[in-house]
Amino acid sequence: MSAQTEFRTCPKTGLKVHLAAEKLIKANAVVAIVFLAIGGLFGLLVALTRWPAVHLLPDNLFYLALTAHGADVLLFWILFFEMALLYFCSAILLNCRLAMPKLGWVGFWLMIVGALLANIAVLQGNSSVMFTSYVPMQAAPHFYLGLILFAVGALIGCVLFFATLVIAKEEKTYEGSIPLVTFAALTAAIIAIFTIVSGAIILVPTFFWSLGIIQHIDPLVYKLIWWGMGHSSQQINVSAQVGVWYAIAALVLGAKPLSEKVSRMAFLMYILFLQLACAHHLLVEPGLSSEWKIFNTSYAMYLAVLGSMIHGMTVPGAIEAAQRRRGFTNGVFEWLRKAPWGNPAFSGMFISLVLFGFLGGISGVMMGTEQLNIIVHNTLYVPGHFHGTVVAGTTLAFMAITYPVLELIFQKELMFPKLAKWQPYVFGLGVAGISLFMMGAGTLGVARRHWDITFADATLSFEYPPMALAMLGLNGLSAVLAAAGGIMFIMVAVGTVFFGKSLKETSEVQATPEGVAAATSYGSETHLQLPGTIVLISVFFIAFVLYYFINWKYLATVWPMS
Amino acid sequence: MAIHSPANRLWWNERIEKQELIWILVAFVWGLIMFFAMIYWHIAGEQNLSNESYRVDPETYAETVESFTETYQVREEGDTGIPVVHPPAGSDIYMIARLWEWYPILELEKDKTYRLHLSSQDWQHGFSLQPSNINIQVHPGYELVVTITPDQAGEYSVVCNEFCGIGHHNMLGRIYVTD
Repeated sequence: MSAQTEFRTCPKTGLKVHLAAEKLIKANAVVAIVFLAIGGLFGLLVALTRWPAVHLLPDNLFYLALTAHGADVLLFWILFFEMALLYFCSAILLNCRLAMPKLGWVGFWLMIVGALLANIAVLQGNSSVMFTSYVPMQAAPHFYLGLILFAVGALIGCVLFFATLVIAKEEKTYEGSIPLVTFAALTAAIIAIFTIVSGAIILVPTFFWSLGIIQHIDPLVYKLIWWGMGHSSQQINVSAQVGVWYAIAALVLGAKPLSEKVSRMAFLMYILFLQLACAHHLLVEPGLSSEWKIFNTSYAMYLAVLGSMIHGMTVPGAIEAAQRRRGFTNGVFEWLRKAPWGNPAFSGMFISLVLFGFLGGISGVMMGTEQLNIIVHNTLYVPGHFHGTVVAGTTLAFMAITYPVLELIFQKELMFPKLAKWQPYVFGLGVAGISLFMMGAGTLGVARRHWDITFADATLSFEYPPMALAMLGLNGLSAVLAAAGGIMFIMVAVGTVFFGKSLKETSEVQATPEGVAAATSYGSETHLQLPGTIVLISVFFIAFVLYYFINWKYLATVWPMS
Repeated sequence: MAIHSPANRLWWNERIEKQELIWILVAFVWGLIMFFAMIYWHIAGEQNLSNESYRVDPETYAETVESFTETYQVREEGDTGIPVVHPPAGSDIYMIARLWEWYPILELEKDKTYRLHLSSQDWQHGFSLQPSNINIQVHPGYELVVTITPDQAGEYSVVCNEFCGIGHHNMLGRIYVTD
């Protein structure tokens, strides 16, 4: 047997683990966490600079740090981790060998070279163009080249994912349909293809433009296609993160989807409609019609939002059903009160779910409304929103799944279990603060990506309301808290990977995760009432509707314009 | 479990439970309401961004703004002598964004309607009118014409909220609205 087809059997889950796939998962996950650490540090520096009382960095370093922060966390941390997830959801969950692991390493190294090249360009100081790099502002050629190489590497990862699905089907390593979590990963990979192609269409010419070979790139066309990449990549994150929610609910509680059909349809909505979302970034641009804006920004009548709202019910619903089957049937919320809140995988997942819905989701729909965008475009509200989605949602979900992955894939016992237990709470609280206070400052009009909102060196003078400055102070405090949560995560993860006690030697087979045995078959016959979930989604819905109309009221107070 | 293949191979034949179905319906209808809210606001609302825009050569636009400024200038302001213009009510008014200024300063009359032209001479900029909080993206090569009616007198600032290089945070313009 060649080294490429060696397997071990996981003592915890009984899954056959392809060793070559396992190595790739480990490498991608570890590099992801390194970029999280670097990008997180830049983020902290940015927040401390925007805290008026601290105002840490000088202007040029602030814009540099902001550019690096965006690239390192939004792109490199998340995509390296998603590569690990893709390999996990295909090879491991399907009991299958990973297709072409050698090519997987080619992709991995391309991504590393690309990420380093982009970081070098930024650190050299002449590529502080922000993550979005809107033309005609120009970065050094190797900034664009780095991003292109990185994208090619990620594309290879997606191809391997598809190839592994084909192999698993051919070799009949699973029966019936692929698991829901793998389906989520499939959704993510399909959207990733669209995303990477969009990125190539715009970044390749931009690279040639930076070399002087192409003379002109239209700024509006750039923005349209760039966001075909930029926003769609957030939908990769949503799909991956919702998949992680389902996976953790299954691993920790043995939860089953309420209805495979509904959950899969919701993922399908993402594939069908999410690409339209580049319009979210073009709502106050010249040159595009209102008809175009309304159709695209709403994903054709909010059909992708519908997908997320469905998951927003079916994920807690699956948890409630699993808990009730295990006997936590008293009252409306016993299932939630007696959930394993001390398990960081569960607490992280649930905090991610709640914060993503309330902070990221509602605010995203609000500012994606054509006219409402007028009162928030390019204010701090925008980063407030996406710290609710990408940090509180995606990043926290990825941190949460790391804990079981450390045990299952790295086969190590968690180091610092106490630290791990508190980590999701500290990080979640910090990120919730970051998101809320930035949205607060943005509602008061404060510009994003701005070094000095006191305008000390400007010819004219202007002062934002004092409340806005207070919000930025609170944002800084929250960032410190989130950074502490991030450091806790990195200590646990790195500590476990390098110094954790190996679980391989323990002869005693670990008990199956709590609840796996207790889970019964889903479907109508054992389907329970879910009063707790209904209360939760009702609260969410009322908050959503109220907040949405409050903002129309706010819009109605600004100067009439047409 | 969600990490295993569905136990029932014919999962697509399973009945959808009532609770799920109701929620899907509620969410779908809410989506429709939000969709039609945007259309409704175009009919009944007073704050809609104009669809009137033109391709324009940045240098040509700069010349237009310059001649507009010379015609209606009433005074200068600031250390650098930024011109303040007072155009007639109801007229076409111009503002240009460039590294790193909003030019010129406009003086408008309350409750009068103007056709505001916006474009950039170099990079992208963000027109952020404070404290009214109106935010519009400004591109080089595109001229947006938006009809505005200042309905409150006072001193307004135009902050640049699209990152435009190292002087970005000093890019501040002004609009006065007089009674």
